[in-house]
Amino acid sequence: MFRVCPPFDLYIPAPSARPGDAPDFSHLAIPPAGACPRPDVTAAASSVRDLAYGLVRVLDEDGRAVGPWAPKIAPETLRQGLRAMMQTRLFEDRMFRSHRQGKTSFFMKSTGEEAIGAAQSMVLGPRDMCFPTYRVLSWLMARGYPLIDLVNQIFSNERDPLHGRQLPILYSARKYGFYSISGNLGSRFGHAVGWAMASAYKKDDSLALAYIGEGSTAEGDFHEALTFASVYHAPVILAVTNNQWAISSYAGIAGADETTFAAKAAGYGLPGLRVDGNDFLAVWAATEWAVARAKANLGATLIEFFTYRVAGHSTSDDPTRYRPADEPVKWPLGDPVQRLKAHLITIGEWDEARHTQCEAELTEAVRSAAKEGEAVGTLGQSKPPVSEMFEGVFEKPDWRVREQRDELGV
Amino acid sequence: MATMSMIQALNSALDVKLTDDPDVLTFGEDIGYFGGVFRVTEGLQKKHGEKRCFDTPISEGGIIAAAIGMGAYGLRPVAEIQFADYILPAFDQLVSEAARLRYRSGGEFWAPITVRAPYGGGIFGGQTHSQSPEALFAHVTGLCTVIPSNPYDAKGLLIAAIESNDPVIFLEPKRIYNGPFDGHHDRQVKTWASHPKSEVPEGHYVVPLGKAATVREGRTVTVLAYGTMVHVAAAAIEEAGIDAELIDLRSIVPLDVETIVQSVTKTGRCVIVHEASRFAGFGGELSALVQERCFFHLKSPILRVTGWDTPYPHAFEWDYFPGPARVAKALKQAMED
Repeated sequence: MFRVCPPFDLYIPAPSARPGDAPDFSHLAIPPAGACPRPDVTAAASSVRDLAYGLVRVLDEDGRAVGPWAPKIAPETLRQGLRAMMQTRLFEDRMFRSHRQGKTSFFMKSTGEEAIGAAQSMVLGPRDMCFPTYRVLSWLMARGYPLIDLVNQIFSNERDPLHGRQLPILYSARKYGFYSISGNLGSRFGHAVGWAMASAYKKDDSLALAYIGEGSTAEGDFHEALTFASVYHAPVILAVTNNQWAISSYAGIAGADETTFAAKAAGYGLPGLRVDGNDFLAVWAATEWAVARAKANLGATLIEFFTYRVAGHSTSDDPTRYRPADEPVKWPLGDPVQRLKAHLITIGEWDEARHTQCEAELTEAVRSAAKEGEAVGTLGQSKPPVSEMFEGVFEKPDWRVREQRDELGV
Repeated sequence: MATMSMIQALNSALDVKLTDDPDVLTFGEDIGYFGGVFRVTEGLQKKHGEKRCFDTPISEGGIIAAAIGMGAYGLRPVAEIQFADYILPAFDQLVSEAARLRYRSGGEFWAPITVRAPYGGGIFGGQTHSQSPEALFAHVTGLCTVIPSNPYDAKGLLIAAIESNDPVIFLEPKRIYNGPFDGHHDRQVKTWASHPKSEVPEGHYVVPLGKAATVREGRTVTVLAYGTMVHVAAAAIEEAGIDAELIDLRSIVPLDVETIVQSVTKTGRCVIVHEASRFAGFGGELSALVQERCFFHLKSPILRVTGWDTPYPHAFEWDYFPGPARVAKALKQAMED
């Protein structure tokens, strides 16, 4: 035997820039707004494969809504969306500072990704169920979830709606169509498919929407869920929020250099859309398309929301240790809040003065909720009755729970 | 009343619930048209329709994830995992999701799911069709784990499991699907027909979770067993000629600790029998509970008769399996100590 080719060499993907480098997004192909065609919602999945490699964009550089995907949204609805996004950002900034002040153990921000949850929350109905990740707070903001309940959950205080049992921000809000979040990544993606199958089984019209990060698409849960969604034509929207970073691992570690996340749909016979996630109108339009498709009994749609995680993963990491410090501001798809604001101003439905006033009102609402939560107590100062630790393990406590509760004297 | 094998009794439980409750549906690998590799779901698709009993992809994680989502919606799904040995791809779904959903959501969501799986050895199934993983589930707070030993219990417990609002792992000892097995593998196979517990009502009834059955009353030593080992222990007791009290736990979570304590307090001796390997097996928990609650009544050390701490072997099945001779030996040892 003799060798006829060079020896193999293990390939390890690497991002275009690390700390100290200039941010480099030159590898991203970003088509102009309005360039992507919009197929009929009844189109065969096999006929729309190009969409998985394109990018649905509606808002152009001048803040105009252009092209076939431009949705018809009343200005007041757009303002509601903007408020939800602004509220999300202001609230998260405040709670992030509260963490730095020792008022809670943990926090995560969704800065730069607010358009996704806000638009989807507004397109979906009150009977639909969203299966969120921990970066979809704008869903709740768009539905008017009380800020004080968020604060109390984050502070794990006496009024924590989850009774002190769950890590901050892993909310659950059934009445707001918001399923219980878990810290295990991807593990609820298949629950959304099960929910959708149940809805179809009962001849109901409740849709499910599942979120997963691009990093977690590498989990088996993602592929299992796509298989079930495809096999049973489940009325579910499967959303991959590709925010480029999974803690310190760039999207290439999840396979982004080889294909798009939207393109994974093709292997399951599902339509896959790739959408500018920082474009409120594009998110809205793509979601409407997927909803219409599901309601026509055509099953699931996979949507990759192309976005950027502006903040660190959580309060536990410093992003300047693994990516250029100025990478977030160089992100070529801009800031979703600024883009929607610009659009509203362009169409004559908003102005700087109203924006400033709105920001002041929202800031005051956050401040007031934070103060109210602090008055109840922050982490360690206040907590639910310790007996809550033993509740909800089973529907009815068994002897172990009863005995141990007695042993602890609660 | 009808005479049923365990398979027929389980089929009857599913039939009763599918008839009773439109929110019950069942799915798993090969269980629809074909009726399951052990025939537990035979005829159910034909009778109740393909939306109530259907085939799934070979994806245990996907099966359990879908079941949890359906349960959160409000259905009562019954998922079959073809062999308990194949349940591990779904372990994260069971441990991190099904078992925790009610607790972590402050009671907003829960997973009223039943996961059926043929389990245990004695069929020359080798490592991947013979294991007894009950201790893995018993350790997970939030899961119930049930192991029936006869047709009557199998039906009543399965109905109770389906009606439970907590997730239940329902392990079906496959060696006793078609007849009781006392561990004498070299003797003629028995059917359920002549066993009193094969008399099964055709309609709805419940055997509550968490209630052990005293199979045989006795005064000198308590034997704790479940599943196939109930029959092995009964044979060993007869063969050893010892006046032992045999308790069939029926469910290990919830556990009927009261019945165990009452019995050991009376007998002063305890032998624990299970097929699963010994170290950190469920027998360890039983032993600790008996020691904690009955120490001053004990006349001899608590003994465990179990599978060896090896993977489940093929050619050595009867060397591995804790048969009646090993159980009888332990009973005698307990009496001598």
